[in-house]
Amino acid sequence: MTRMFMKSKILLTIKILIIFILISFNLKNIGVASTFSEEQTINITKNLRCLICQGQTIHESNSDFAESMKKYIKGEIENGKTDEEIFSSLVEKYGQWIVYDPGMSKNTFLLWTLPLLLFLIGGAIIANKILKKV
Amino acid sequence: MQSLEKIKKSIFSLIILIFLIISFFVFKFALQKEKIYSPKISENQIFTDFEVVGLVEEKQINFSEVLTGKNFYLINIWSSWCEPCKDESEYLLELKKNTPVMMIGVNYKDNKKNALNFLKLYGNPFDQIFIDKQGTISINFGAYGVPETFLINEKNKVLKKYIGPLNDKDVYEIKNITNN
Repeated sequence: MTRMFMKSKILLTIKILIIFILISFNLKNIGVASTFSEEQTINITKNLRCLICQGQTIHESNSDFAESMKKYIKGEIENGKTDEEIFSSLVEKYGQWIVYDPGMSKNTFLLWTLPLLLFLIGGAIIANKILKKV
Repeated sequence: MQSLEKIKKSIFSLIILIFLIISFFVFKFALQKEKIYSPKISENQIFTDFEVVGLVEEKQINFSEVLTGKNFYLINIWSSWCEPCKDESEYLLELKKNTPVMMIGVNYKDNKKNALNFLKLYGNPFDQIFIDKQGTISINFGAYGVPETFLINEKNKVLKKYIGPLNDKDVYEIKNITNN
């Protein structure tokens, strides 16, 4: 009797163990799947400006607009869109202002060239002074 | 020799002075500019390859199928919890009555019962209404929130975009565009 009892107890323990292992494996898999797209979503949203809450990224903001944008981007990633495609479609909808890294265009021309120009002029002035002293 | 040095110094200070004056005017005019950013709409085109679900019938269709057969479409994003939408509804009803525009409503982050009650209370100016539970459909249009209105033509080009509730001036403008 006790042997039977022991056997059933061991069997029950094995069953519980198997269930536990199966569940933990599944949980792990779910974790991997969601973290991948989540990571990509975070990468994209960190580079997008929240248009209605100035000074914050979409990632940082909890505004209605930012929350919708996060869901939208997650959906786009799940549809197989690349980061580039998502950025360019959002720029087309909302303009350059939505991205933190504006590309070179006729509106951003000064933004990109002015620092370089000032750097060169400054360098020229310093070089001129040093050469004069020598 | 000394005079040359003097001339050089005065030229340098003159350049700095001119630079400061230019900066002053640049800042003066830049700071006066409207700070609310709104994208240029002239070249934008509504993307129509996404699916929408009707509010009343809950049937799923592609948005491109909605935009057929008319010269002008007015897309209005609204919600029952949005206060300005209540005032806006009379303008929408007026447009429905006096223009040949197809009125499309996008019900933003709302629940069906409240949305239908809102339409009963303030009137229903829409030919078709779609739900946007997550707010993602509005992003397809390039919208920020509620209320927002887009006037588009048969080529899906955005002619006008109104952020915030419509007013008398906007209604006049829409009538002028669509009735000519």
